[in-house]
Amino acid sequence: MKFTLSWLREHLDTDASVADIAHRLTAIGLEIEAVEDRREELAPFVVGRVVEARPHPNADRLKVCTVDNGSTTLPVVCGAPNARTGMKAVFAGIGTHIPGSGITLAEKEIRGVTGQGMLCSAYELGLGEDHDGIIELPEDAPVGAAYAPWAGADDPVFEIALTPNRGDCASVRGIARDLAAAGVGTLREPPFAPVSGTYASPVAWTRTLGDRGDACPLVAGRYFRNVTNSHSPDWMQRRLRAIGLRPISALVDITNYVTIDRGRPLHVFDADKVTGALTMRMARPGESLAALDGNTYSLDPDITVIADDDRVCAIGGIMGGEETGCSEKTRNVFLEVALFDPVRTARSGRRLGILSDARYRFERGVDPASVDWGVHEATRLILELCGGEASEIVQAGAMPPPPAPVPFRPGRVMSLGGVEVAAERQAAILAGLGFGVEDSAPVWQVTPPVWRPDIDGEADLVEEVLRIHGFDAIPETPVERAGVLPERAAGPAVVQAARVRAALAARGLHETVTFSFVSAELARAFGGGDEALQLANPISPELDTMRPSILPSLLGAAAANVARGVRDTGLFEVGAAYRDPSPDGEGRAAGCVRFGNAAPRHWAEAVRGADLFDAKADAEAALAAAGAPVARLQPRAEAPAWFHPGHSGVLALGPKVLAVFGELHPRLLRDAGLDLPVAAAEVFLDAVPDSRRKSGNRGALDRSSLMPLTRDFAFLVEAATPAAAVVRAAGRAVPKLVSRVDVFDVWEGEDLPGGMKSVAIEVVLQPQDQPLDDAAIQRAADAIVAAVAKDAGGRLRGGHA
Amino acid sequence: MSTFLSQADALEEALLAAVQAAANPDELEAVRIRALGRKSELNGMLRAVAALPGNERRAAGQHLNAVKERLASALRERQSSLEDATLEARLAAERADITLPSRRQPPGRGHPISRTLDEMTSILGELGFQVAEGPHIEDDFHNFTALNIPPEHPARQDVDTFYLRSVDGSERKVLRTHTSPVQIRALMAGEPPIRIIAPGRTFRCDRDATHAPMFHQIEGLAIDRDLTMGHLKGTIATFVRAFFGRDDVEVRFRPSYFPFTEPSAEVDISYRRTAGGLEIGAGGDWLEVMGCGMVHPRVLDNCGVDRNVWQGFAWGLGVERFAMLKYGIPDLRTFFESDVAWLRHYGFDMLARPNLLDGLDP
Repeated sequence: MKFTLSWLREHLDTDASVADIAHRLTAIGLEIEAVEDRREELAPFVVGRVVEARPHPNADRLKVCTVDNGSTTLPVVCGAPNARTGMKAVFAGIGTHIPGSGITLAEKEIRGVTGQGMLCSAYELGLGEDHDGIIELPEDAPVGAAYAPWAGADDPVFEIALTPNRGDCASVRGIARDLAAAGVGTLREPPFAPVSGTYASPVAWTRTLGDRGDACPLVAGRYFRNVTNSHSPDWMQRRLRAIGLRPISALVDITNYVTIDRGRPLHVFDADKVTGALTMRMARPGESLAALDGNTYSLDPDITVIADDDRVCAIGGIMGGEETGCSEKTRNVFLEVALFDPVRTARSGRRLGILSDARYRFERGVDPASVDWGVHEATRLILELCGGEASEIVQAGAMPPPPAPVPFRPGRVMSLGGVEVAAERQAAILAGLGFGVEDSAPVWQVTPPVWRPDIDGEADLVEEVLRIHGFDAIPETPVERAGVLPERAAGPAVVQAARVRAALAARGLHETVTFSFVSAELARAFGGGDEALQLANPISPELDTMRPSILPSLLGAAAANVARGVRDTGLFEVGAAYRDPSPDGEGRAAGCVRFGNAAPRHWAEAVRGADLFDAKADAEAALAAAGAPVARLQPRAEAPAWFHPGHSGVLALGPKVLAVFGELHPRLLRDAGLDLPVAAAEVFLDAVPDSRRKSGNRGALDRSSLMPLTRDFAFLVEAATPAAAVVRAAGRAVPKLVSRVDVFDVWEGEDLPGGMKSVAIEVVLQPQDQPLDDAAIQRAADAIVAAVAKDAGGRLRGGHA
Repeated sequence: MSTFLSQADALEEALLAAVQAAANPDELEAVRIRALGRKSELNGMLRAVAALPGNERRAAGQHLNAVKERLASALRERQSSLEDATLEARLAAERADITLPSRRQPPGRGHPISRTLDEMTSILGELGFQVAEGPHIEDDFHNFTALNIPPEHPARQDVDTFYLRSVDGSERKVLRTHTSPVQIRALMAGEPPIRIIAPGRTFRCDRDATHAPMFHQIEGLAIDRDLTMGHLKGTIATFVRAFFGRDDVEVRFRPSYFPFTEPSAEVDISYRRTAGGLEIGAGGDWLEVMGCGMVHPRVLDNCGVDRNVWQGFAWGLGVERFAMLKYGIPDLRTFFESDVAWLRHYGFDMLARPNLLDGLDP
């Protein structure tokens, strides 16, 4: 919403500075977006008279003018074709900054003649595009006077961002009213002189809205005959231009002016182009309208239209039609002043994609009483600017009931707003805003003005008092905290996620945050892509489906980095993955990806591509940090299809899978354009059992004083036998004695029988009560060998026994 | 007798000289055998002591044992010094190029969003707020209706809100457009008093230089019997000053409009322009950073909370915006690009989680 200072002063008697007004507007909730104040910039330009214009002695196209600037006469070299003796023009002296060209005038010799100033075009003043000639001023322009104030060309322009509840301030008058209530001047009463009609209107209103009467509860209008639709006066054009509206013709400008000035959208039909009566109705299927913006809109039965006997003439509350619009030939017009339903207007405007000044106001709520006074305001301006003769007023429908009083306890300003405001001041603020205040009882009855449909209850009245009194007056009050120390802010899930992040970063992975959506194709490749998780209105096909896993996002992230030449590193993300659209269908997961080599090349290390054991270690680190019992996890070779089928696995507790890991499927890598190893893991944080200790007490350390001993065994097993089977068998063989089993070598080679491999383990025996003698060690070794043979089909190959 | 002893002294002298002359462990071992071995001259003399007359035997034995002790000691010392020399020689030969890179395992960096959320949670936790969470995929009721956002409100239109496809005629779900539905879940979950913060992902159907289709908010909600807008202002001011680590940040409340609060305010904080950008703190300019207000009575009604007993305040702020302001990150879009160079530069050491003991600054 834009307006100028002089326009505001039409409604508000104030001496407040532009800066003060801007400050107060923001303080009362009418947030200033921009203030354009050109007064200082335009101050040096004065009205001058060209005493004489004669040809330049050395240049055909130039003239040398003698200019009277009110205090002296100066020579000016001028190239404008319209410069001539006797004319009045805008003069700028040496040292003046010219806004349009950005230069500062200096004394300069032009082909032998030295000019002492400049005669300016509208373009040079930044007042228009015209730079073909200098500005010609009327004969009565006062020589020596500052040009811009005299011409009204330096009117400061304010722009405010209007919140959607303040339709009443979509008008200069509404803004003036708020400022007056805030103590910035006094509201002026607008001229109000109703004109009675002298004849019956040849066009009448009909409402055929059926059960949709609320689409347009009331419409009024009147006929004007013998009008002259030329251009509107300078003052009106200047104001419209200042706020970015293009003057068109007197009638159109009047409707635009009243829309901005009073927040009252109007429409005028060329009555000679209207056939029969005008009807307010819903559009019929198949109807369309060629509108004033040059576009043709297809209408539907949810859209309110104004139609004559033949066709649709306007879209209610949004835009008029081209065919029945006014031109300079228009002689007879019919004025429309209507009320339209905010919701329906908003919906229709959105559907049609039309943003108009009328829609902007109707969807925020237009003062219902303006149907009455709007007719008179329009009549005043039409008769004044276009002449003609007004008919009697016609209308259809009924005025909506006025707002009901709202019970209000003035004490609520303190108990809700936190600041003490005296009751008298509260009453004065509300009255200043147009509220009816009945304050004889402890609970006041406050009646909102008709132009404030947003007032809904007591809290709204508290806000009205507070915003005019000033939010700055509310003291910063500390909140008392219950208890000596605050409760822990982060719950278990937050703490768990933070620990997982720290653990994965400690493993060299960088944390990333990626979008929750991926392409449907990628979602399907990772086991998702259900229609129920697809966006109805995605921003792009690449981001149209909620991800079933974090890994597709990380695959994309890896590819983006490889495309930038970054590799041999890794990323992780702790975030959401989506199984279904229900609240329970959202899982918390930690995903990691390593792409390229497991580490950058190093002089002392062999280069090796990231593989499933890197991913497995990432998964284990994340699980440990998440509180999972890592030692009890069962690895199983049953990872999902997006992994390399032979180089992947899961970590599970019984049937519950806690993590998947492995090398991503080569086909996925190919599709992502990745030609390097990619290992990934995903940990399902929701599946990790709660392992929090109930108490901080850890009990005593149970440590044997006897030295542990280590024995190595190498077993020949079938190649398909998991090493874990050997380890598990050895561990269970003498559970009281075996404290640890580690695989230290795995070998498949030609020296072994076909289909077999060697698994070498180191077993740590921890004597409990007494040292082990040779016989006891031998018994343990025999038991281990027997157990591995029985449970894993292993045959002892060598080692200590 | 004296001949016997002087013979022993001469032997000792010769052997000690041999010990000192030994140039390496092998030569020293030969000397040791010659001096103290079974067949050594000294051993022979010790045996001969037994044949001496009784009155001389004792003194001679003592003398010879002393010689033996001295020889043994000299051998040990020589042994030790020869070993030292060998070690020195070996060490002198062993010279690594210590400028070669270590077997380093550089840790990864934490994302600025995690860091910022941790800082915010830490400050607000101190003020008595606890983290609450809600789903990203919401229903119309929690995201809009219960928050008093009428169906015709622009925030409810397709231009801003992501909708999921409706399957089998069920109500279409939305991606939450703000963290405010967590307010509704908290209000419906139990009796006040309530003091929660809800950090998390939010989604808007918008993408340009200053908008991403996904971003993070942190919502705050405090409900009690007597909370006023003064408490809201105090909470926000304390939070902002703690977050930016500056007591001179001025906080300005401006009247505004949100369907779910009444009165409503936009919060501006003071800053000044510097050569390097902008600096939060005392200064003549204002920066809009969040929206807030007193919870609308209709929101309380919608959640079954008695508006005549309970009241309170709520706010919502953009986490990325605060991170950008505090850490000088120029572009919102880069938060979600997974650019390793960016993550290394703007990321944080994960071993140093912000807390009030260590301080909040990285």
